[in-house]
Amino acid sequence: MSPLDRKLWRDLWRIKGQAGAIALVVAVGVALLVMMSGMLTSLTETRDTYYERYRLADIFAPVTRAPLNMLERLAVIPGVASVEGRIQGGALLDIKGQALPVRAQALSLPPHREPHLNGLYLSDGQKLTPGRTEEVILLSSFAKAHDLQLGDYLSATMHGARRSFRIVGFATAPEFLFTTAPGEFVPDDARFAVLWMNEDALAAAYDVKGAFNEALISLERGARPEPVLAAIDAALDRYGGLGAYERGDHMSDRFISEEINGLQATSLAVPPIFMGVAAFLLYIVITRLVQAEREQIGLIKAFGYTDWEVSLHYFKMVLVIAVAGAVMGCLLGIWAGRAMAGIYQSVYHFPFLVFRVDPQSFVSGVGVSILSASAGGMLVLRRVFALTPAVAMRPPAPMDFSRTGALNERLKGWLDQPSRMVLRRVFRNPGRILGAVLGIAVGMGLSSAQLSVMLGFDDTLDLTFGVIDRSDVAVSFFEPMPAKAAFDLAHLPGVIEVEPTRAVGAVLRNGLNSYRGSVTGLVEDARLNRAVNKNMGNIDMPENGIVLARALADILKIAPGDTLQVEVLEGKRPVLEVKVASIAETLLGSPAFMRMDTLNREMGEWGRVSGAYLRVDSGQLPVLYEAVKETPSVAGVSRREDSRAAMQKLMDTGAGAMRFVMAAIAGIITFGIVYNSARIAFGEQSRDLASLRVIGFTRGEASFVLLGELAIVVLLAIPLGIGIGYYLSFLIAAGFSTDLYQIPTVFRPQAFGTAAIAVVLASLISGWLVKRDIDKVNLVATLKTRE
Amino acid sequence: MNEDIPNTFVTKGLTKVYGEGPAAVHALRGVDLEIPRGEIVVLLGPSGSGKSTLLNIIGGLDRASDGVALFEDQDLTAMSDRALTRYRRDHVGFVFQFYNLMPSLTARENVELVTEIADDPMDVDEALRLVGLGERMDHFPAQMSGGEQQRVAIARAVAKNPTVLFCDEPTGALDSKTGRAVLHVLNDVNAKLGATVMIVTHAAATAAMAHRVIHFADGAIRRVETNETRLSPDEIAW
Ligand SMILES: Nc1ncnc2c1ncn2[C@@H]1O[C@H](COP(=O)(O)OP(=O)(O)OP(=O)(O)O)[C@@H](O)[C@H]1O
Ligand SMILES: [Mg+2]
Repeated sequence: MSPLDRKLWRDLWRIKGQAGAIALVVAVGVALLVMMSGMLTSLTETRDTYYERYRLADIFAPVTRAPLNMLERLAVIPGVASVEGRIQGGALLDIKGQALPVRAQALSLPPHREPHLNGLYLSDGQKLTPGRTEEVILLSSFAKAHDLQLGDYLSATMHGARRSFRIVGFATAPEFLFTTAPGEFVPDDARFAVLWMNEDALAAAYDVKGAFNEALISLERGARPEPVLAAIDAALDRYGGLGAYERGDHMSDRFISEEINGLQATSLAVPPIFMGVAAFLLYIVITRLVQAEREQIGLIKAFGYTDWEVSLHYFKMVLVIAVAGAVMGCLLGIWAGRAMAGIYQSVYHFPFLVFRVDPQSFVSGVGVSILSASAGGMLVLRRVFALTPAVAMRPPAPMDFSRTGALNERLKGWLDQPSRMVLRRVFRNPGRILGAVLGIAVGMGLSSAQLSVMLGFDDTLDLTFGVIDRSDVAVSFFEPMPAKAAFDLAHLPGVIEVEPTRAVGAVLRNGLNSYRGSVTGLVEDARLNRAVNKNMGNIDMPENGIVLARALADILKIAPGDTLQVEVLEGKRPVLEVKVASIAETLLGSPAFMRMDTLNREMGEWGRVSGAYLRVDSGQLPVLYEAVKETPSVAGVSRREDSRAAMQKLMDTGAGAMRFVMAAIAGIITFGIVYNSARIAFGEQSRDLASLRVIGFTRGEASFVLLGELAIVVLLAIPLGIGIGYYLSFLIAAGFSTDLYQIPTVFRPQAFGTAAIAVVLASLISGWLVKRDIDKVNLVATLKTRE
Repeated sequence: MNEDIPNTFVTKGLTKVYGEGPAAVHALRGVDLEIPRGEIVVLLGPSGSGKSTLLNIIGGLDRASDGVALFEDQDLTAMSDRALTRYRRDHVGFVFQFYNLMPSLTARENVELVTEIADDPMDVDEALRLVGLGERMDHFPAQMSGGEQQRVAIARAVAKNPTVLFCDEPTGALDSKTGRAVLHVLNDVNAKLGATVMIVTHAAATAAMAHRVIHFADGAIRRVETNETRLSPDEIAW
């Protein structure tokens, strides 16, 4: 090994603590990059393969009842590659030992062949035997949640009739990657089931013999979906077409797509912060090193080493640190990615999810860290070039503090000498202090904003279940019923109050902006489920007009006073022109509200309800559930408690880990910066410190001179971090809110407290590490060395 | 003066000014000098008279403000940085006023630092034995006394077989015994390798071993003496 390389390794060993702290920052940045981009590749690829292998349809076209020969008509639409018709319907499952009936979706499978589209992955058991009407294949996550076994019997109510089924297989399917009960936003394996049955069995149950009520269509490669959608709607119109929609509007796909988008945004935003901090740290550390070794640099140059050779020597040091950090980060990223894949697997029902990192992610991870490290290093290398060999011949000039002149006058009198030393150092290196403050503040801002957003989910829960929906139980009917059906519910045991509601599927359109959702009709003076304004006050439903959720108004780019086009997808499918009356605050979903009687009138139907909100005596719930199961018109019952608990559970699972990760992010950045700043200050001042000790200062007083600077950095960084976190949480909220859920922006003192504690702890640890070194200082050795 | 022997260095009106305006320091005020090849030259003069500055310039470490400095017909003052680096790499050995060893390298490695980039270097062990440090090759500078460090610095300077060797107070920190040993080494390098050796010193007695003695004061040459008979380092009074 050449002597310069040997010097390199010994120098690295000497500054191992600092090098390690920087490598750690690089490692976390690279780990996040590798983990997130790996997760992104894994999710995207797994989804795409799964969709392709199990032939997920590009277009879903629900219809009331269309004859089978219509499928041939659909198949000849230009752009259509293949068509499958199936029967689907709602069902209520009666699970042993559970009072509340579970909502389910039943789907038909064709006899004697695989479905052309929307296949399923049979994870256990066997296929349906053609002709056997009692056999079902069950969604495997649901089976697991209720501990159901092959051969078990299930009791289900379909179309008002109770039947018994035998489970012959368990399956997952690409259209059920993410399963939520209708109208809910959080996956809950236990509360929503999917059943696959023989076509003839289902046709009999729903009375659609020789017909289908959902067409699945796949497109030819490169075909534009819009004309196909229009052609399908036109073809199915007379059979009660409910509006064909693309895969992107399918709930399951929307959830996974939102997740992928969020991941992509985060993977672009977070790792650069770490790289920036690492670059800054390398800059200050190598600057310090070059400053301390200026005579050695001059000397090597005097021997005839070229500027490039000398620069390369220091550059190698940067490279070693960056590469070590990057390699560590890659390993950490793989490990974290595997853990994360496990979490994803528990939320999204992939038959397989292998965390796989695109080799390109490693390359870009290592590349980015080397690049940013070099950026920090390059600035320093200029100094290496500028040093003339003649400096080797001269003793170094004492550090120039004259720049702090104006300050000196003012400092006199009211500060003791050590404090003056601290302040002069701060003013002597304002750039470095500023960089350190900014670095810590950004790290802290990032984690406090993320934490704040996370804690904000409590607000989502409170607003959704405390203010907007105050019912205990929501009941939905299979189809619109006369209002009497709702009021009959009042006679069921335990029911205290009934509030009927009417929801209709609709496409809301404002010029080029449109949204496929629904309009909810509310009674006048709604109490159990209502629209609320910014101040959480009831919004009075206007006689004519529609109230939109803020998220919806944003998507449609519409404001109160404007006119909205509502294409109703049910009944006579009227197209309404409605004035936007006001904006409602919601955090889950993107509902639109109208007065129920107005909605019914516009629909050309009178006194129709599609469900009801109930307030009930909780003691009587089991009896009520039994009674509901016997009511043929009821499609589903959901208890608000369960919805809330499911959300809470989802938040809590991720929350613990998330809180830890975010605190770790702030902590590691702070540690990297504070520890390095402290080491540098120590290096620059060790002679002064030794001199102070010789004069008779105690260790504590000597340490104060050094650590005082860091205390100032941390004290400045914390309020700045709070400020950055505050604005960042708005950015995150805006960036990550979707029509499915909105992220509230509220100032969460806890979040900022956690991040601030991480910062303080990290600085205390680094301060303590450096103080240990100060205490160990050998007075004689320090005073003997020239530097 | 013997006209047959070519000069290693010739300077004309060499000037060096540090700083500007009223604060300017005139370290060299027009130095005219001729140093024939293969001589030992001793530079004497009071502190601050510009000795180190002159060495820096003709050693290719620093640039003159004005004047010419020739090394074997090459004009050092007109050279690019790259050419100066080349010059130092190929021809020059330095022993600095402060020992200037690399603290993170052992004695042997400090010498290797130079031999590695030299064309025709000496064996590293031999160079260290030459200064009597054969046993301490694997020690770090911090583990050596000032005199030992100084001798490593000399081994480092001679190990590349330099054409010219500059020594800025090579014996300043040494006792008479090691001091003489060091002077022996310099004498040998001159005698055996034919290197031109320039020694800056405050010890006037050292002048007795030189071919030529230059008296320096206030940035200019006051007097140049040539010794008809030179003493061996052993005979020098300390
Ligand atoms: N970088 C510099 N900036 C300003 N003045 C300088 C610088 N280097 C040297 N000088 C001045 O130039 C003059 C000559 O310095 P030089 O180092 O050549 O003296 P010297 O003869 O080697 O003295 P000594 O015997 O003490 O080593 C001195 O007055 C010194 O203060
Ligand atoms: Mg000098």
